[in-house]
Amino acid sequence: MAELKDKPFPPGRYPLVVVGSGPGALQLTYSLRRLGVEHAVISADDAPGGMFRRWPVFQRMLSWTKPFAAFDHKSRAYERFDWNSLLAEEEENRGLMPSLMDGTSYFPSRPEMEKGLVTFADRTGLRVRYGCRWETTRREGDDFVLGTTDGEYVAPAVVFGVGVAEPWVPSSPGMEHAAHYGQLRPAETYRDRRVFIVGKQNSGFEIASGLLQWARQIVIASPSPTKLSVNTRSLVGVRARYVQPYEDSVLTGGVVILDASIEAVERNGDAFRVKTRSALDGSAMDFDADDVIAATGFTSPLRDLPQLGVATFGQSRLPAQTPFWESATLPGIYFCGTINQGSLGLRKHGIPSNSGAVQGYRYNARVLAQHLAETRFGLKVPRRKLEPGELIPLLLAEASRGPELWHQRSYLAHVVSLDPDQGMLDEGFQPLAHFVDGHGPDAVAVTLEYNGRDDPSPAIYVRQNNEVKEPNVLAPHPLLEFESGLYQEQLAAALRGVLDRSLSGRTP
Amino acid sequence: MDVRDDVVEIIAGFALFADLSAPELDRVVRMFDEAWFAEGERVLRQGFTGTGFYLILDGSAAIRIDGVEKSVLRPGDYFGEISCLLGVPPVSDIVAQRPLRCLVMAASDLQGFLVANPHVMFRLLQGEARKLRSTTKWPS
Repeated sequence: MAELKDKPFPPGRYPLVVVGSGPGALQLTYSLRRLGVEHAVISADDAPGGMFRRWPVFQRMLSWTKPFAAFDHKSRAYERFDWNSLLAEEEENRGLMPSLMDGTSYFPSRPEMEKGLVTFADRTGLRVRYGCRWETTRREGDDFVLGTTDGEYVAPAVVFGVGVAEPWVPSSPGMEHAAHYGQLRPAETYRDRRVFIVGKQNSGFEIASGLLQWARQIVIASPSPTKLSVNTRSLVGVRARYVQPYEDSVLTGGVVILDASIEAVERNGDAFRVKTRSALDGSAMDFDADDVIAATGFTSPLRDLPQLGVATFGQSRLPAQTPFWESATLPGIYFCGTINQGSLGLRKHGIPSNSGAVQGYRYNARVLAQHLAETRFGLKVPRRKLEPGELIPLLLAEASRGPELWHQRSYLAHVVSLDPDQGMLDEGFQPLAHFVDGHGPDAVAVTLEYNGRDDPSPAIYVRQNNEVKEPNVLAPHPLLEFESGLYQEQLAAALRGVLDRSLSGRTP
Repeated sequence: MDVRDDVVEIIAGFALFADLSAPELDRVVRMFDEAWFAEGERVLRQGFTGTGFYLILDGSAAIRIDGVEKSVLRPGDYFGEISCLLGVPPVSDIVAQRPLRCLVMAASDLQGFLVANPHVMFRLLQGEARKLRSTTKWPS
């Protein structure tokens, strides 16, 4: 890790600056370097993946890496089963995580995750100026000027990958008495104590799970009912790993799960009194607790960007973003990593993207790198020309095994353009919202669509004359394999007229 | 994604939630997510399935059918409910006219939400009745 001691990228002018050294920023700088895009990377941390040295508090990721799957660890198809490795073009640096895990769990521990990032950065020779904290931002003409602890960086475009990890606590009276998720003490110090947890998302249930063997009583409260991922059939809701407190509650084992608003937290001697009001009937109920913990969410540390014109929304204060993750209100400011949740996409059937997790945003970063290269640096990534007969197998193979489509359903699409002169060109991956709402040549795109009930299935979108209609959604398959002759016939029939018109230039 | 803490105050003034107490508003608001759309961005797409139920917090949006603007929606207005309730694609585009801040609920959650909140269901029915009354032309 020579770069940890060296200090690359001294303050000055760069064509592009990336802020951060978490998985999103590392993936982006890797992909930018592969494309030959000159840029600087700065980070307040002193090594890759700083967040994973602190959180999650109970040590293991929520994202899995399955060591045994049907595909080789170095293959693209394996990425569907490995949610934690960063993406490399060269084979030796692909699928690093399974080789770094000790086999006791398929959820990596914090040290394993951190090691994965450090190893990736080291082996791929990523350069980051660590220990350089971004503090201020201002405009100077068409440039942005970043004030940092090391000096000023000037660039016409900046990508922020600074995470969504700043604790947020609601303003209810007395909530200042509550410890935030990040201030949790060692679990054994909650021995035989009454713990009141505010918040019913994964962080609240993670804490409850970790304290089950220690606490005398655990109350988990918020106004809205608990959602479980096994019910939503998505990453929305409490993940299965943290459902044990829920079972303790329904089996009356000392855990109380309450749909109530928190009216106030008051000191009561050495303990606290938590005043709640039922969200169901408005009745008041008070709880005595030795500890109050606010698992009430996180925001993105955007510093002065909102004052500069970056619109934000939601409790997490996510920046509103275009489909290519540029600020919707301040052009030239881009985002990578978990902040990408602010680029909503189509949210078909109410299912959000996986942009809040490594397995989703690592692909966003790769798409963003190409977008920056082509729109800001005049580079053109070569497109492979498809021969007749290649299109149908390509689309169905991507739907069956393409990790981009599996992890970012109805969010990223594999696109093939149709041109009378150039024929069929493989355009690679694009945000589906861009394909549907943006302008471009006649094209076909495949995504995986999921309706929250059935297994996912391929959805085929067609753009002709800059108009995209409702996709042709193919039937689900119990083994999630869509390459059989039946699917080939269905897709060929659906596209026959489209290809004839677009490739002959006779688009109506 | 959850919603910002000023939303309860905003929706307290909306007809749809006029019958709810403060704690009920606090609970109800957490059934939604918050969404933000730039000027010109499509929120609903004519003919596309899998949409949601939207309630405008701030900004305005145009109802467009085949590219022709038919009407404008403002804070307190909602859209997408017919598609959600009937399981059919929307018959119009909904396009942000200026920065648009919304609450959004997935179609799959709407039925349970309305059944659990009959006062909201009644207000929504009133809204649908008004729309019907204003668009129905009886033969003379």
